[in-house]
Amino acid sequence: MKNISVTLRVWRQAGPGQAGRFVDYPAKDLNPAMSFLEMLDVVNDELTVKGGEPIAFAHDCREGICGTCSLVIDGKPHGPRRGVASCQTYMRSFADGAVITVEPYRLRSFPVIKDLVTDRSAFDKIQQAGGFITVRTGSAPEANAIPVPKDAAELAMDAAQCIGCGACAAACKNASAMLFVAARVAHLGLLPQGQAERDRRVLAMVETADGLGFGSCTNQYECSAACPKLISHDFIARLNRDYLKASFRAAFKTEPLRASGE
Amino acid sequence: MALLDSRIPPGPLAEKWRRHQTAIKLVNPANKRKYEIIVVGAGLAGASAAATLAELGYKVKSFVFHDSPRRAHSIAAQGGINAAKNYQNDGDSVYRLFYDTIKGGDYRSREANTYRLAEVSVNIIDQCVAQGVPFAREYGGLLANRSFGGAQVSRTFYARGQTGQQLLLGAYSALSRQVAAGAVQLFTHSEMLDLVVVGGHAKGIVVRNLETGELTRHAADAVILATGGYGNVFNLSTYARGSNATAIWRAYRRGACFANPCYTQIHPTCIPVTGDYQSKLTLMSESLRNDGRIWVPKQAGDRRKDPNSVPEADRDYYLERMYPAFGNLCPRDIASRAAKRVCDEGRGVGESGLGVYLDFSEAIARLGESGVRERYGNLFDIYHEITDENAYRVPMRIFPAVHYTMGGLWVDYNLMSNLPGLFVLGEANFSDHGANRLGASALMQGLADGYFVVPYTIGDYLATQKPGSRPAPDAAEFRQAEDNVRGLTDRLLSVGGREPVSHFHKRLGHILWEHCGMARNRAGLEKALREIPALREEFWSNLSVPGSGASLNQSLERAGRVADFLELGELLCRDALVREESCGGHFREEHAYPDGEGMRDDANLAHVAAWEYQGEGKAPLRNVEPLAYEFVKMSVRNYK
Repeated sequence: MKNISVTLRVWRQAGPGQAGRFVDYPAKDLNPAMSFLEMLDVVNDELTVKGGEPIAFAHDCREGICGTCSLVIDGKPHGPRRGVASCQTYMRSFADGAVITVEPYRLRSFPVIKDLVTDRSAFDKIQQAGGFITVRTGSAPEANAIPVPKDAAELAMDAAQCIGCGACAAACKNASAMLFVAARVAHLGLLPQGQAERDRRVLAMVETADGLGFGSCTNQYECSAACPKLISHDFIARLNRDYLKASFRAAFKTEPLRASGE
Repeated sequence: MALLDSRIPPGPLAEKWRRHQTAIKLVNPANKRKYEIIVVGAGLAGASAAATLAELGYKVKSFVFHDSPRRAHSIAAQGGINAAKNYQNDGDSVYRLFYDTIKGGDYRSREANTYRLAEVSVNIIDQCVAQGVPFAREYGGLLANRSFGGAQVSRTFYARGQTGQQLLLGAYSALSRQVAAGAVQLFTHSEMLDLVVVGGHAKGIVVRNLETGELTRHAADAVILATGGYGNVFNLSTYARGSNATAIWRAYRRGACFANPCYTQIHPTCIPVTGDYQSKLTLMSESLRNDGRIWVPKQAGDRRKDPNSVPEADRDYYLERMYPAFGNLCPRDIASRAAKRVCDEGRGVGESGLGVYLDFSEAIARLGESGVRERYGNLFDIYHEITDENAYRVPMRIFPAVHYTMGGLWVDYNLMSNLPGLFVLGEANFSDHGANRLGASALMQGLADGYFVVPYTIGDYLATQKPGSRPAPDAAEFRQAEDNVRGLTDRLLSVGGREPVSHFHKRLGHILWEHCGMARNRAGLEKALREIPALREEFWSNLSVPGSGASLNQSLERAGRVADFLELGELLCRDALVREESCGGHFREEHAYPDGEGMRDDANLAHVAAWEYQGEGKAPLRNVEPLAYEFVKMSVRNYK
């Protein structure tokens, strides 16, 4: 394949809460085997040599697993290819002469830090609210003591693949984090080890996501379409079921006698 | 000269750890909350340590340069984690895992450390399953295993090709629980830029907030570094772009010894380089070698474009030919060098001639395409995304790439460095893998250190420190460290040269790959030792770092890391030059058997080389810790 040239239309924003604007940069003579981020590296080096300030963008592993990269390319979180992260988008996906718009995620819960970098600590807060199984190090039972049906383990793994990149919320017109929450709730809820805290987990995680300003799900599945790991929106149905059951149980729960516990 | 007391407990190998646990000092539960511990890094080792220490009652501060602890590069480990569970009934045991690891490391690690690693491996699997790590299962619901390089039993636990991700998310969830409980204070986008040493003890760090540029000082009773390896010194590697050696390097400059820097691992199965713009090499998990067969054409210069058109008779399955007992599953260093050898002979494949085939046609005939997809589907997908080639139809092309560093900060059996109060875990230390690490052992070591070793051993140190005795962060040593960091940041911003930092990183990488990569020799290393200081000088006169230090500035971050790599690279070559033998990942061309295998010098070099910083511009001091083999006989590794 022959080399291509494109024009980048990039969102530049100096800092949090500041006004930003689009700036055009030419990117010439690109090998189509180059990754999108490598192309940005080259553009940034040229900018540096010319005395400009490089474009800030989040990236780390560059193999689609750490979830750091988070570009909105031509209006789509992670760009044109289905099931891949920004870092695994290659220039062969673009036509010679294309004008490519590159923006940060745009939702209130992920404010811009600089240029294309956003603050996604809200996702950590959701995990902290209940995305775990309480087990003290050293007191775990023998690993094979509790068999887990292969199908349950496989389905749990489908959900557990979430890389926490935030594309689901960025793609959603309601800025809903439902796919992210659902993936975690399903992963742990499908395993026998996760049953004890199942109700508490789903209630706490959904409530926390709501409190952080993420919207509600209206079942249009932009999230799973944008997900680089192709996590299915079926998990959202599972989440809703879990949430409903947990809410019922919480409403009719008999409080244990105080004297015996706290 | 640093005092290197390994503090290996006496007694029979299998009893050492248990006896040590009962012999070391404890901190009583009420006192634990009076101690503050800093943990830098939140990969497998850091996150598991922070979570476990917090659970025990210590006050923990966790620092990560990433925007979230879940991003650490442990997440990218693909293949699996070893544990001596013997679920397969194939004769595995703690001793066998220990023996394979120490042999795989070419007899350059400590027996006691390696044995402990094998011993706690079984607890790791229990812990992870309880956390909800969705390991692969058999139809009966029990855990499945696969085999891995350097072993003749099946002891690797895995979660598709994303084992590191699932283990890290397990540790991250444990850490998140402690953050919610208020037991861990989490600092994200916070990079440690100096270690504070007070009265000879590590008592704090200086941190730069990557979003605001603000410098802060943090005092503690002990400091744990779990900041990973230094493979990015080569620029191109399978590491994440952000992986760096800054935390351990700055600790080295404060007096912590750096052990065996020349032990670097080149992984045999990565996707070959395509161009100069390349920022990263992608690993194809070693687990692929279970079912893939590696070959090149028999004839040099056979450049037939379509590998499927090369008949069996013209193919050389060179690993199966040279190492019939282990075949495609021989250890990484051996497989990498064999690939280099066949490419040097002109038999390499692909446009650059720097590649070999990894062929699944036989596995597809045996298991069906769906069977192969179930085992390796995501790896084939990654390969397809990167190369635009379908590996179900044509063989993958692979080539070795820098993947792991066995060297790191020197630690004793308690994982404490020669600087009291400084603990070093996971890839950042040097302790368990000797001169070569076996596949699926990095995850094991990270979690062993964090969940099951340091939570005990740190008490032995803290019990000697009076509660509440930690210095205040306005002590002179803290101010001096902060001034040091500020000075370095200002210096990087004010060089005012023309070249971006990537320019210097690439050139350093070329020098090291050329002269200190898969094969090393005296002349090459001496050349590198001339070129690196010259490059460093050029860096400090011709570097361009745009922007300011008062906001997110990725060029500045990288410049600081590359400045450290420019020093570390020199130490790496120096260590490689002095180690006049071949062992594991360190292959000196002068020291080889006629068949090309590396030749160790056990009489003179069965020791750890721990380098001690002597000040700017001065040659570092090489301290030696002899390796005493009481239980295993050092022998020539044989995988034939």
